Amino acid sequence: MLQNIAIGQYVPGHSFLHRADPRSKLLFIILFATLVFLANNALTYAVLIAFTLYAGLLSRLSLGYILKSLKPVWILIVFTIVLHIFMTKGGTVYFQWGWFTVEERGVQQAIFISFRLGLLVIISSLLTLTTSPIDLTEGLERLLGPFARIGVPVHDIALMMSIAIRFIPTLMEETDKIIKAQTARGANFTSGSLIKRAQNLIPIAIPLFVSAFRRAEDLALAMEARGYRGGVGRTRLHKLAFSWRDAGMAVAGVLLAITIGWWRA
Amino acid sequence: MNEESLLALQDVSYSYDGENGSHVLVLKDVDLTIQKGSFVSVLGHNGSGKSTMAKLMNALLLPEGGRVLVAGMDTAKGEMVWEIRRHVGMVFQNPDNQIVGATVEDDVAFGLENMGVDPEQMRQRIDEALASVGMEAYLLAQPHRLSGGQKQRVAIAGIMAMRPSVIILDEATAMLDPQGRQEVLQLVKTLNRDEGITIINITHFPDEAIYSDRVVVMNAGEVLMEGTPEEVFNQVERLKKVGLDVPFAVRIRHVLASKGIDLPFVLHQEELVEHVCRLLLTR
Repeated sequence: MLQNIAIGQYVPGHSFLHRADPRSKLLFIILFATLVFLANNALTYAVLIAFTLYAGLLSRLSLGYILKSLKPVWILIVFTIVLHIFMTKGGTVYFQWGWFTVEERGVQQAIFISFRLGLLVIISSLLTLTTSPIDLTEGLERLLGPFARIGVPVHDIALMMSIAIRFIPTLMEETDKIIKAQTARGANFTSGSLIKRAQNLIPIAIPLFVSAFRRAEDLALAMEARGYRGGVGRTRLHKLAFSWRDAGMAVAGVLLAITIGWWRA
Repeated sequence: MNEESLLALQDVSYSYDGENGSHVLVLKDVDLTIQKGSFVSVLGHNGSGKSTMAKLMNALLLPEGGRVLVAGMDTAKGEMVWEIRRHVGMVFQNPDNQIVGATVEDDVAFGLENMGVDPEQMRQRIDEALASVGMEAYLLAQPHRLSGGQKQRVAIAGIMAMRPSVIILDEATAMLDPQGRQEVLQLVKTLNRDEGITIINITHFPDEAIYSDRVVVMNAGEVLMEGTPEEVFNQVERLKKVGLDVPFAVRIRHVLASKGIDLPFVLHQEELVEHVCRLLLTR
């Protein structure tokens, strides 16, 4: 039952976005998120929406697949819409029923804020959909590299992340096995009150933790046996290299920033 | 010390801290020399000290008494430890818990990255190492999609990429199915024969020892017996006394001998079958 969970969302491919350097993708997202918060009228939102659609095309993934990333946040979006429609006041009154009103600014804010959320989610999913977890970790390690000088253990953090990624499927399999073993002993994970069900998770969590610690110990030994001695003097198999794609993204970022800055109210 | 000896344990002892502060002596004055290019099996029970011995051989543990020499380097001298670990690769029991990389190529690269090998050269050494274990088609595979035997082969590739002189298998076949075990044993035999890699196979399966040049039997922290498989397995009673089994063919011959049927000493099952058939025909 747990085998079908994909690690991250990465879909392998060779599109423009797949091949762009993870560092430039990460930086671009930071820029894009800032711009989304700066947009405040229909024109600037239209530009951002058009741009996001274009980015979606560049990933060569199906639109439906990209939009699926909105699934976990749709409740939040609906909630935001409802809240803004009913609570934000100002401008023309569209609808009135007793003290209850729907006003122009409320509708406008509802639309803007829901698009803001949606755009942020979609653009960051485009990153995780087109970048393998390993590349992402590597990009982060390089981007954070300068902070190593002020004592941030950047290499260790990146190594921890990549080991975590490596062990997710292993621990998933393990969880599956433990669930089956406990079910065979009569444990019931599917019925009872919420509290009862939460309590029933304890016999899964404890063996899982014990085995995770054992694995960690084994792995540390295996790493030492293969000459691991921290980040100093270490080389990397994957070399990140900027290409024309990254230059293109930089140009697009600058143009987008100028456009938003010019057209925002 | 013989010039050809690659690994030498000289009067090595080691103890763990047991519960309530007592010392548990796991190795007692062990003397052992491993020749370059040989295939050595170390047999013994859990707690016989065989795994501790393996960890002493690549400086994961340091001896309390005596010396461990790897290609002339003393493991107790800290500055040589990385060179020693490059020389002596180790494959552990649990295939899942020794793979660091999220893909096969990343895992094989791990040791090379630690050594600071140039990325261009790394690529070539990874390809060579994966080819030597027959896993070149799995370069980008995720480790959890591989079988147990395949995972161990990847672990061996990770060591081969570091160009070692010795590979120690620390119960590396214990968690594998029969097919995976065959895969791994076949592979190390080939590496021993074709690439001249010295193999030390630590195991509690006596049947794995019949292909080796030498067998070392450990019991209670001491070397109980040492010799060719024929020499060691001929002493069935002595092995039984310490609770160790013998290879299948040897056991059957021993049982037949006790029933008055004498057959020549053999290690391999096929040879035994041949002798039994011949006996039946000549009767």
